[in-house]
Amino acid sequence: MQGLKARALELLNDGTVSRVLGWKIGENTYDPEPAFFETAEAMEQFVYNNFCAANLSKYMIEASKLEGKTLVCLKPCDSYSFNQLLAEHRIDREKAYIIGVGCKGKLSIEKVKQSGLKGILSVTDTDPLKVETLYGDAEVAYKDAMLDRCHVCKGKEHVVYDELYGESEDTSDADRFEQVRAIEAMSPEEKFAFFQAELSKCIRCNACRNVCPACSCRKCVFDSNKFDSAQKANVDSFEEKMFHIIRAFHVAGRCTDCGECSRVCPQGIPLHLFNRKFIKDINALYGEYQAGADVDAKGPLTSFTTEDAEPGVVSQGGIV
Amino acid sequence: MHDHECTCHPGYVHDTLVPQVGIITDIRQETPDVKTFRIEPPQGGKFFEHMPGQCAMICVPGVSEAMFSITSSPTNKEFQEFSIKKCGELTDCLHSLEVGDQVTVRGPYGNNFPVETDLKGKNLLFIAGGIALAPLRSVINYVLDNRDNYGHVDILYGSRSADDLVQLKEIQEVWMNTKDVDVFLTIDRPQDGWNGNVGFVPTYLRELAFDTNRIAVLCGPPIMIKFCLQALQEMGFQKEQIWTTLELRMKCGIGKCGRCNIGSKYVCKDGPVFRCDQIDELPAEY
Amino acid sequence: MKKIAITKLNDLYAAIAQNQSLLLPIKRAGQTNFGIWTEDAEVDLQTLKTVKSAKDAFFPQSENLYTCYKDGKKISIAPEKLQEESFVVFGMKGCDVRGAMVLDKVFLANPVDNYYAARREHGIIVSLACSQPEESCFCKAFGIDCAEPEGDVVTWLTADYLYWKPVTEKGEALTAQVADLLEDADDKAVSEQKAAIAATVEKLPYANISLEGWNGDALKEKFDSPLWEQLYKPCLACGTCTFVCPTCQCYDIKDYDTGNGIQRYRCWDSCMYSDFTMMAHGNNRNSQMQRFRQRFMHKLVYFPANNDGMYSCVGCGRCVDKCPSHLNILKVIKAFGKEGK
Repeated sequence: MQGLKARALELLNDGTVSRVLGWKIGENTYDPEPAFFETAEAMEQFVYNNFCAANLSKYMIEASKLEGKTLVCLKPCDSYSFNQLLAEHRIDREKAYIIGVGCKGKLSIEKVKQSGLKGILSVTDTDPLKVETLYGDAEVAYKDAMLDRCHVCKGKEHVVYDELYGESEDTSDADRFEQVRAIEAMSPEEKFAFFQAELSKCIRCNACRNVCPACSCRKCVFDSNKFDSAQKANVDSFEEKMFHIIRAFHVAGRCTDCGECSRVCPQGIPLHLFNRKFIKDINALYGEYQAGADVDAKGPLTSFTTEDAEPGVVSQGGIV
Repeated sequence: MHDHECTCHPGYVHDTLVPQVGIITDIRQETPDVKTFRIEPPQGGKFFEHMPGQCAMICVPGVSEAMFSITSSPTNKEFQEFSIKKCGELTDCLHSLEVGDQVTVRGPYGNNFPVETDLKGKNLLFIAGGIALAPLRSVINYVLDNRDNYGHVDILYGSRSADDLVQLKEIQEVWMNTKDVDVFLTIDRPQDGWNGNVGFVPTYLRELAFDTNRIAVLCGPPIMIKFCLQALQEMGFQKEQIWTTLELRMKCGIGKCGRCNIGSKYVCKDGPVFRCDQIDELPAEY
Repeated sequence: MKKIAITKLNDLYAAIAQNQSLLLPIKRAGQTNFGIWTEDAEVDLQTLKTVKSAKDAFFPQSENLYTCYKDGKKISIAPEKLQEESFVVFGMKGCDVRGAMVLDKVFLANPVDNYYAARREHGIIVSLACSQPEESCFCKAFGIDCAEPEGDVVTWLTADYLYWKPVTEKGEALTAQVADLLEDADDKAVSEQKAAIAATVEKLPYANISLEGWNGDALKEKFDSPLWEQLYKPCLACGTCTFVCPTCQCYDIKDYDTGNGIQRYRCWDSCMYSDFTMMAHGNNRNSQMQRFRQRFMHKLVYFPANNDGMYSCVGCGRCVDKCPSHLNILKVIKAFGKEGK
């Protein structure tokens, strides 16, 4: 981390970049916050640890409007989101200086809490995590504290960067589409019950939308006044599903599966499953496609060919 | 007012958030984009008693609801009127309505111009721009209907063009013919058939060089307020002599929904009328 | 002091629910929130903090105010029925109970909000002491005693028993309803737990955070601080903090066309949202910095200015736990404290 900080400081001091987009020390190891640093003094608070889960690529939309280059720290999976935003002309490559930072799987304090620990006073980001709590000390295996998305890691390669810092590791130990297949295998009643239980927890805080790098519309359709369905509340029990299903449609073919939606959901709704279902279907219908892997690739849903599959959800009973 | 017991919920007063039905009984086209609506409850008369400067929420169900100042004076014992400029979703819809159409009305909300205290017995200078004559018309007519309680009245009113002057008929036929009332009209740019002053309100205000032996009541777009305030202060007026109104987004009208909150004030409840030195106490977020 | 064995809690819930609806923390799809008790509900008294506070019980996230029916040009208005039956909210923590008292300052101030008032009148609060406070708790800073919360009935959960102490008339009446299930108890176990809680609270990292300088008089000085420009930066402009907060009370009023009548409903709103102050002629809070500042200024300066120094924060720490960007009111208070402003 010190080396990364020193390198970022060097680039800031020699004028290569006007600011650094990284993470700032939180109150504890586990709550670093995304931050812009503009001075050497501010950089004293720079941190990069295994709890730095936030995908910073979306902040580059605003940073692209600023004078000068922004040094942005991207983990391998974040670099896919960056590329996708580039492909959509939402950010400016010339305004970014990318340090591809090493990642060996990111940790989630929620996962640590789910292991039954309460009153966490301090936690290390080592393997195993050493946790000091108000009610005794404990250890948690690194893998058990990793974010869900890291169990289906896209790999250790950055798809876009100016320079690399640190080692990465492919942490995947699960099948990316296993849960999707499990849901597909459910009866319609079971599916309904599953989504009902999950989605009825939604409080419409819009954290999933606001964090999503694919949700970069200047004005979201759910913020329109000309829509019975307001963005803040479910007017009936059906609408909460509509919000998430419509959002999944809107990001279909563009979602890189970065998993930020599920990471930030205060109610722990596995929102990424919607996106994975789309990704799985797109792979089946249009051939393997990973959004953000290649800036010049044509999106499966944004390029038409006469060979395109024409699945009829109604007539064929959907794709299973 | 809204302190009568609710018929369906004994023990509770009728909630101020629940409106009354209003029937549009008259529509006057004031300017190309301003209409004055007379709205009455089904039984006729007025919805409630109000004071000059107070507002009411008008709603077209299914479209939207917004706060409008009650432009008619409380001294009008027969009905209440609202002058409304077409400038958004709700007002577009209101402008498409006809006599006989129904809307909902709730109120009155907010404070009022201090017609019975600070303004009483004083010379008064009213300054308005464009549609902002709507809130001032209520207080001007209140003053004219209680003529003996107030000193000399000057009214400076400006608009983009002669066609954009609201309530021109009343201004010319009533205000201009009332004793001890001087009306000064101005428009932004020269126009055929206009013999009056041409120029922005703040400029004309400086030219008219009123002395400071009066209370100024100022209403208009933020930019006009800013420059008129500057002009008045240069003319020697103290902020304590100047009253104006603020306008922020409102939903509830009773200081609870939070959106018109500025500093520790709620414009819907603690305003819309503020003395200029009171505004200085607020964070600059209006 | 009364008590009931943990093994008999379901009988207690059933007995309460026989006479009125019972809201309590229920785990559903992995998360615990207040919900209506049913036979098959998974009651969860172990999770310290429900994701959402108990605010919904008195001020639901979404509620109908009245319905407009149109017949040609004719409009008729049918106000929504107000809460007429009593209900019990079981398991509210001290912070959430105080949260309701903060809401009282808003909704019960003249003119009274009848929808809220009716729920407060008919709601019976059975609070639960926090046997294991967590690191993000700082209710003590707001003078709340999580070892003996406010409420109509106060309860304590130990390994074997739920201890039950009625405090108000409403609480006595509820106790009478379930008297058959309760047995007399002495104060020993409760005293022990209270002492243990007090000892834990002293170890909480933020329990004694200083609020010095935050009051109604600090308006301009805090408002004009350059710190806001630094603090707001990671804010995603989502409404998580406001929606999990027990005291955020801003709301929107909107229409829902049911096809048979237009419902005017209100729903929670967030000052963090870009359209919160938007109107036809513009927006007086254009930047996220302004919106971010508004939330904290309201809680720590504007609200105390209007309510005899009472803060609109109860230190529940939900925003601390849930903010996607790890921003929160503690960081704001501390940042200002550090600058000595």
